[in-house]
Amino acid sequence: MEIKLTLNGKTVTDRIDPDLLLIDFLRTHGCYSVKRGCETSNCGLCTVLMDEKPILSCSMLAARASGHSIRTLEGLQEEAADFVGFIADQGADQCGFCNPGFVMNTIALLREIPDPTDDQIRSYLAGNLCRCSGYDGQLRGIRSYLESRREKGGSHGK
Amino acid sequence: MINIQNYVQAESLEEAYQLNQKRSARILGGMLWLKMANCTVGTAIDLCRLGLDTIEETDSRFSIGAMVSLRQLELHPGLNAYTNGAAAQAVQDIVGVQFRNMATVGGSVWGRFGFSDVLTFLLSADTSVELYHKGVVPLETFVSMKYDRDLLVRILINKTPGRFVYQAMRNQRTDFPVLACALSCVGGEYRAVYGARPGRAMLLRDEEGILQNGPCAESAEAFAAYAARRIPTGSNSRAGAKYRTHLVSVLTKRSLSKLGDTREERSWK
Repeated sequence: MEIKLTLNGKTVTDRIDPDLLLIDFLRTHGCYSVKRGCETSNCGLCTVLMDEKPILSCSMLAARASGHSIRTLEGLQEEAADFVGFIADQGADQCGFCNPGFVMNTIALLREIPDPTDDQIRSYLAGNLCRCSGYDGQLRGIRSYLESRREKGGSHGK
Repeated sequence: MINIQNYVQAESLEEAYQLNQKRSARILGGMLWLKMANCTVGTAIDLCRLGLDTIEETDSRFSIGAMVSLRQLELHPGLNAYTNGAAAQAVQDIVGVQFRNMATVGGSVWGRFGFSDVLTFLLSADTSVELYHKGVVPLETFVSMKYDRDLLVRILINKTPGRFVYQAMRNQRTDFPVLACALSCVGGEYRAVYGARPGRAMLLRDEEGILQNGPCAESAEAFAAYAARRIPTGSNSRAGAKYRTHLVSVLTKRSLSKLGDTREERSWK
């Protein structure tokens, strides 16, 4: 079957099998930031934005994404660059495998709640698992980014 | 691994219903549970183009399309105002935001899964389901019906005046609940629902009139003991039956305390 979707702002048309998962479609189209982790829809590693909402590409049929807009980290480098340095400064990443999923969901968080509380951060990122850290590094990094933004009087929102 | 031979975005409910009469056909919900199945699906029927992804609110009821996501349920201001936030509380610990953006209310309700927070919460309200072939059926009836080839179209919640509390015990946040408890007083009737027993959610009414004068410390204790006697529990990898029965009692008391009753509020202090 044929599908047509917008991937990182560009129209992509392809012929696919009906049971192809979106994660495999995306990796075939060069989006290697999207990774396969738990295979049980629990780890958040494969997070992408579909129509600006975070979803799990390992559990979505590519066919269902037809006609929609998909964004991966490859298409959000600039927005991610705003805060990933703060997360790195806290030593939050060790193996780094979970990082793209965390970054994608943090982008979604900051778009939806531009100035989140610690509880809102924990709650929003609860679907992103990291097996190296205790999540405190990521929390400190986001908090530090928010503080820096506040000091500059800037805002993230889109 | 799931193998899908044919994928169709249905143009109408009738088309979806007709396609679904074949045994090898499957209606797709959020696909989060289905994708872990090891099976072959002849035709996967997607309802995503039928406008069933909205919550409509009128003066008398909420009409929740089968394709509404759990995240929509969590964020809907009207539904959460009516249920004292119980709608959001029921779903907010289900995995993560990404998962809840995909999981559908229709999929949760149709599946009638034992672990379902959604089913537990909905049973505590004056809820019916709209089936394409059978029409409107009370949710309480639907829960005990056998799986068939009908279509779940909408979930209807009447705005019968009420108050709601939702509590669940989890071994770890985002895991399945060890026990879920939704307690409400709807139209003057107390309804206590227990999910993740680990069996399918079960509704318990106050048949002995224990709460007829409203909840207070003594009546809550008595109703909790009544619930612990009446609600069957079982064991699985998350907890044993004895522990779950203990939780039935604890969550019932906590929920009644939270639900309160302005007339009886002083007796809690």
